[in-house]
Amino acid sequence: MSPIRSYISGFLKPFIPTATASFLLFAPGAASFAAEPEASPSSEIHRIADIFAPLSRPAELLLEPTYLVLLICLGIFIVVMGVLVYVLIKFRPRGPEDHLEEPPQVYGSYNIEMAWTVIPCLIVFVLVLVSARSIVEIQDQPMPEDALKIRLIGHQWWWEVQYPDLGIITANEIHVPVSSKNGPPRPTHIILESADVIHSFWVPQLAGKTDLVPNRVNHTWIEPFKTGVFLGNCAEYCGTQHANMLLRVIVQTPEDFQKWVENQKQLPSEPKDAIAIQGKKDFYDLSCVSCHKIDSTPAEGVFGPDLTKFAIRQTLGAGVAANTAENLHAWLVDPDALKPGCYMPDMKLSPQQLDSLVAYLQTLK
Amino acid sequence: MSQEITIDANYRMPEPVRVGEETGSLTRVFQQLIFTVDHKKLGLMYIGAGLLFFVIAGFLAALMRMQLAFPNNHFLPPDVFNQSFTMHGTTMVFLVGMPLAFGFANYLVPLMIGARDMAFPRLNAFGFWVFFFSGLFLYFSYIGAPGLYAAGSAPDAGWFAYSPLTAKAFSRGHSTDYWTLSLLLGGVGSVATALNILVTVFCMRCPGMTLGRLPIFVWCMVVLSFLVILALPCLSACQIMISLDRYLGAKFFDTQAGGDAVLWQHFFWIFGHPEVYILIMPAFAITSEVIPVFSRKPIFGYPIMVAAVVAIAFISLGVWAHHMFCVGMVSLANAFFVTSTLLVSVPTGIKIFNWLATMYGGKLRFELPLIFCIGFLFQFLIAGLTGVMLAVAPFTWQLSDSYFVVAHFHYILIGGLLFTIFAGIYYWYPKAFGKMPDYKLGLWHFALFSIGFHMTFLPQHFLGFLGMPRRIYTYQDGRGWDTMNLISTIGVAIQAAGILFFVYNLIYSYFWGKKSGDDPWDAWTLEWATTSPPPEYNFAKFPVVKSRRPLWDAKHPEDPDWKHE
Repeated sequence: MSPIRSYISGFLKPFIPTATASFLLFAPGAASFAAEPEASPSSEIHRIADIFAPLSRPAELLLEPTYLVLLICLGIFIVVMGVLVYVLIKFRPRGPEDHLEEPPQVYGSYNIEMAWTVIPCLIVFVLVLVSARSIVEIQDQPMPEDALKIRLIGHQWWWEVQYPDLGIITANEIHVPVSSKNGPPRPTHIILESADVIHSFWVPQLAGKTDLVPNRVNHTWIEPFKTGVFLGNCAEYCGTQHANMLLRVIVQTPEDFQKWVENQKQLPSEPKDAIAIQGKKDFYDLSCVSCHKIDSTPAEGVFGPDLTKFAIRQTLGAGVAANTAENLHAWLVDPDALKPGCYMPDMKLSPQQLDSLVAYLQTLK
Repeated sequence: MSQEITIDANYRMPEPVRVGEETGSLTRVFQQLIFTVDHKKLGLMYIGAGLLFFVIAGFLAALMRMQLAFPNNHFLPPDVFNQSFTMHGTTMVFLVGMPLAFGFANYLVPLMIGARDMAFPRLNAFGFWVFFFSGLFLYFSYIGAPGLYAAGSAPDAGWFAYSPLTAKAFSRGHSTDYWTLSLLLGGVGSVATALNILVTVFCMRCPGMTLGRLPIFVWCMVVLSFLVILALPCLSACQIMISLDRYLGAKFFDTQAGGDAVLWQHFFWIFGHPEVYILIMPAFAITSEVIPVFSRKPIFGYPIMVAAVVAIAFISLGVWAHHMFCVGMVSLANAFFVTSTLLVSVPTGIKIFNWLATMYGGKLRFELPLIFCIGFLFQFLIAGLTGVMLAVAPFTWQLSDSYFVVAHFHYILIGGLLFTIFAGIYYWYPKAFGKMPDYKLGLWHFALFSIGFHMTFLPQHFLGFLGMPRRIYTYQDGRGWDTMNLISTIGVAIQAAGILFFVYNLIYSYFWGKKSGDDPWDAWTLEWATTSPPPEYNFAKFPVVKSRRPLWDAKHPEDPDWKHE
């Protein structure tokens, strides 16, 4: 950041509700999450998606015009409020006789009116220039040739995540390597498309929104500086379950990311328990395969999320519940109970089928 | 014009000859309401119907806030929640905001320009009834919309109904059809009424009432009518295109067949952004009348105030795509709409400064209308500044479709528009009913409603900063949203208490209020030159005006306004 930028942001920081301030003011309950012991630094969950605590380059870049406009607005607010309060006090009614005489009638003043036309024009001029530069800097940022490419496809109500160069398809979780402020930039280029209605990609600490529009290809990019799990929501109303179309971006060290990639490229190991073997048979006998895909098997459906590496994902149903055996059981019994209106049908499974399917799905690592 | 009379110090309104007086029986009153073409009755009916729909839409909002009070709440199922915000938004914009504006325009424009009625009284009644039935039609969807497919009831695609959510594939049943047809119908009524206002102002002004002497209220209504005539047909075209898509195989917005979802957004917001200024126009109008009277000074800088309104309306026709900063427009287009949007702040700023300058050096009278207008100034300032923030596209990439936006436009529409509507109702209540609104009840109304309003909507700015998207029916705990959502919901209850005081005040003052006389506020525009309530023909003799404040001239013959204009 240039000195001016850092000056502005330094000046404004105290006025802005950063994550810390929000904790103190509004979210004492959230503190308990921060106190939870974390398994490793790279699995830390950034639950408070504070736009003033960016951990990625585009989210940081867009704060520059943000702080400027906040500073200007704060100034205007103080001045105008000051005048209003002064007027209300100075010209308040004074006693019952006060109204017998009318105050001097003033009809206007060319000079004063001119002043408060021209000064706002100048402010607007500055804001336009700063915004325009920032728009170009973020939106037209050239991506390096070797940038990691992700194709993110919105569905009602889940995210399909493809890595075209790596041959990986997964869902609802984006794994990316961490970048650093000082080292070579390692941005991730995200190509946004939609299979049905308009959705919007928004992970506040990583980047601003960009919509996923059917029949269009949009682009955005992230370049996180910190490992951990970043939470985002679909930000454009997309139908019944818009609220539960959650997205996780899992930022890993380059080594961890490489491990994840290697794992994704391998086929899941064959189930060994009798119950899981039965589950695999059930999976192919029932109509699960019409909608879901598992690599190198007859399961070729593409209507629902790819399940090849289902068991290493953190959540179920696009973030509606944690991916545990218990929740998976409940999900299979009646998806509508967890996520009312979702398109996964209740398959009326028998208790034996439920147990075996849960066992099988948990082997997909 | 043989009946001309000059208003001077000796001018007294002749006793009205009452024609067609209500005889008291309820059926007779209803009969009169249904058959009336009187602009004052229609104006009150507009306002009454607007307030009725306001209560309904407020109830829907309360339901939504109850659902959002706690994380993982199960008070409303998702489909009911989605229907609620769709109906809430549609109702507030089309069945509350616009009818209230038309109600005030109807009641006051003829009185203020010294006319005996609107130019086309029957068209006026037509406009009201079309609006009213379009509202009933929209709400009938709760019963009628399941249709043959039994899927969906009330519209649930949001008030801006982004395609392809409205396509057959995603909106089965007839809920979307109720939405499109209702707005199509309502659009006809709105255009008719707007046309009527324009013709009235341009053709029916009393002698001496030049355009340069029109009260700013009337100017705002003229600008509003122009905007309605320019913007509403775009919306009607949108509705026709959706219907063609849904029933005749057109492919405008149907993405499954190669249509363009972004095209809808352009069409909709070309209507939708001028619509925002249509909604805020009554706030400008009422404030520009109330502040001078209760500061005892003429409006500061009349010509620039009028120019500012016209400029706002003109610029508002070219800012629509600031609603679309996230859809992936090229950077040049984004920069263009940043520029045009920021330009709106210049004339808007002028208005705020001029209102302050009007109060400066005056003798303030803290009557109910002024108190509500001061609330308006405070909230409109905040809303304007958050609007400037939202104009800066990079900031909006974070804030768009978040709760910050919800807070921003509620500060405009509740904190701005609704507060001035209350101010207007308290200001002209004596004119319409001849009784003073009760001051104490009004203060309770102001206190409770202000506290509730800020409690509800102030935290929503911060929810937006913390990444809460709008239109979600539920959220998980631990994201820092819980406490602020709860505060927001509690605020709704306090607002509702304030509204109860308001409604009680209207009823109480009607029956037991003090008699007001014809000109209780010592005001200056022509509506105060006739009796309260005005006779059906408004003015027995056409007044002749010489300045912007005809009654000032009459009351202060030693220093009339026309010497200074």
